[in-house]
Amino acid sequence: MITYFKEHHAEILSWLVSHIWLAAVPVVLGLIIALPIGWLAQRYRWLYAPLVSIAGLLYTIPSIALFVVLPGLLGTKVLDPINVAVALTIYTVALLVRVVADGLASVPDDVAQAATAMGYGRFQRLVAVELPIAVPVIAAGLRVAAVSNVSLVAVAATIGVPELGQLFTNGFQLSYFPPILIGIVLCVALALVFDTVIVLVTRMLTPWRRAVQPS
Amino acid sequence: MIGNILDWLTDPDHWSGPDGIPTRILEHLQYSVIALVIAVLIGLPIGLLIGHTGKGTAVVAAIANSLRALPTIGLLIFFVVLISPHIHGKSDAAYLIPTEIVLTLLAIPSILSNTFAGVQNVDPAARDAARGMGMTGSQVLFKVELPCALPLIMSGIRSATLQVIATTTIAAYVSLGGLGRYVFDGQSQQDYPQMASGAVLVALLAMTADLILALVQRAIVSRGISGRYAKGGAETGPADAMAGEFINAEVARV
Repeated sequence: MITYFKEHHAEILSWLVSHIWLAAVPVVLGLIIALPIGWLAQRYRWLYAPLVSIAGLLYTIPSIALFVVLPGLLGTKVLDPINVAVALTIYTVALLVRVVADGLASVPDDVAQAATAMGYGRFQRLVAVELPIAVPVIAAGLRVAAVSNVSLVAVAATIGVPELGQLFTNGFQLSYFPPILIGIVLCVALALVFDTVIVLVTRMLTPWRRAVQPS
Repeated sequence: MIGNILDWLTDPDHWSGPDGIPTRILEHLQYSVIALVIAVLIGLPIGLLIGHTGKGTAVVAAIANSLRALPTIGLLIFFVVLISPHIHGKSDAAYLIPTEIVLTLLAIPSILSNTFAGVQNVDPAARDAARGMGMTGSQVLFKVELPCALPLIMSGIRSATLQVIATTTIAAYVSLGGLGRYVFDGQSQQDYPQMASGAVLVALLAMTADLILALVQRAIVSRGISGRYAKGGAETGPADAMAGEFINAEVARV
């Protein structure tokens, strides 16, 4: 395993870098897109059911299906990594719309009213009061999205997109364990790093939670 | 482009024979159902037990979450390389066994964590009332906690089903059948319509399965519970520590 790593470290490193990009960018983009949609779903209750059902429907599309069908819709090349990024962004949005809406809905009414009484405008109240309170709920959804993205990116190697999944396809062709094990270890480690980063950011954004319940 | 896919899908030649669409769908369903049944047989009893006793939740939640981090495709290839040299003969067993192991591992986390979250989220008042009426532990579990937890349990099974049907596609990568054959054969033959048609069929199969399970859920969940549950999403409590755990089980439903 170590010899294999030494011999191929340049390749592995470049796969790791593209894996990180392909997994991380969709999480960020997905969050940015899901925030306003989730807000709409929470603000206008009649939008909640249709928006959440559409999101749920998008989530039923298998990842490999999206990787393959998107080139037809976007006009990109079949092996273009953009397809993977777009597909995972769609999943992240699908997962987060409901989470954002439920997170914003979980803000206690008296808190929102207190903010209004203190003179916060609608937008100010959203950014300064409601969103911070919803952070733990949104972060929980974000963790699921980030961790599953790492695994989904690897699947794209079976149709030839270069990332850590290449270690698996190479190992399969050679019936050789080292690349497979390195790939699994790196994927799990990457998922762990993403997860930890989100947990730490959540902690930074919600200092009051530590004050109430030290853990 | 979309026209090509429709042409491929409506070509009668693709609807018969050993690599025809009906055969591939049956193979796909066969691989998926085996894994789902095993996963339910493992995940459901453990989840009920943990939810009922409240013991070991942290450990099991941690294991379930770390299972999610394992790359499915890597695990599949790992088991194929590990197991296939030890299986002789002409059957598919050398590839089928690794595939079922991986699909089962994929399905267990959602079923397990939704089951115990479902049981734990049962209104304590209902549980106390059941005990007060003189029910034994197993009566409380099967007559109160299980029916109350059923919506969450079913949503766990539904999300596991979606994941498994989607992932069964990669069985074809290790030379098995199923709808993934079209994706990978199409790729090696540079036949994009075939590839995309396979992908579309997988998506349709997943959606159909989810729809059927939604109907099953509607039929088996008591109306008294589903009525209240439908409102549940809107009235989640304050975003405290509980919310994180709750949402973990909930997102699986999306």
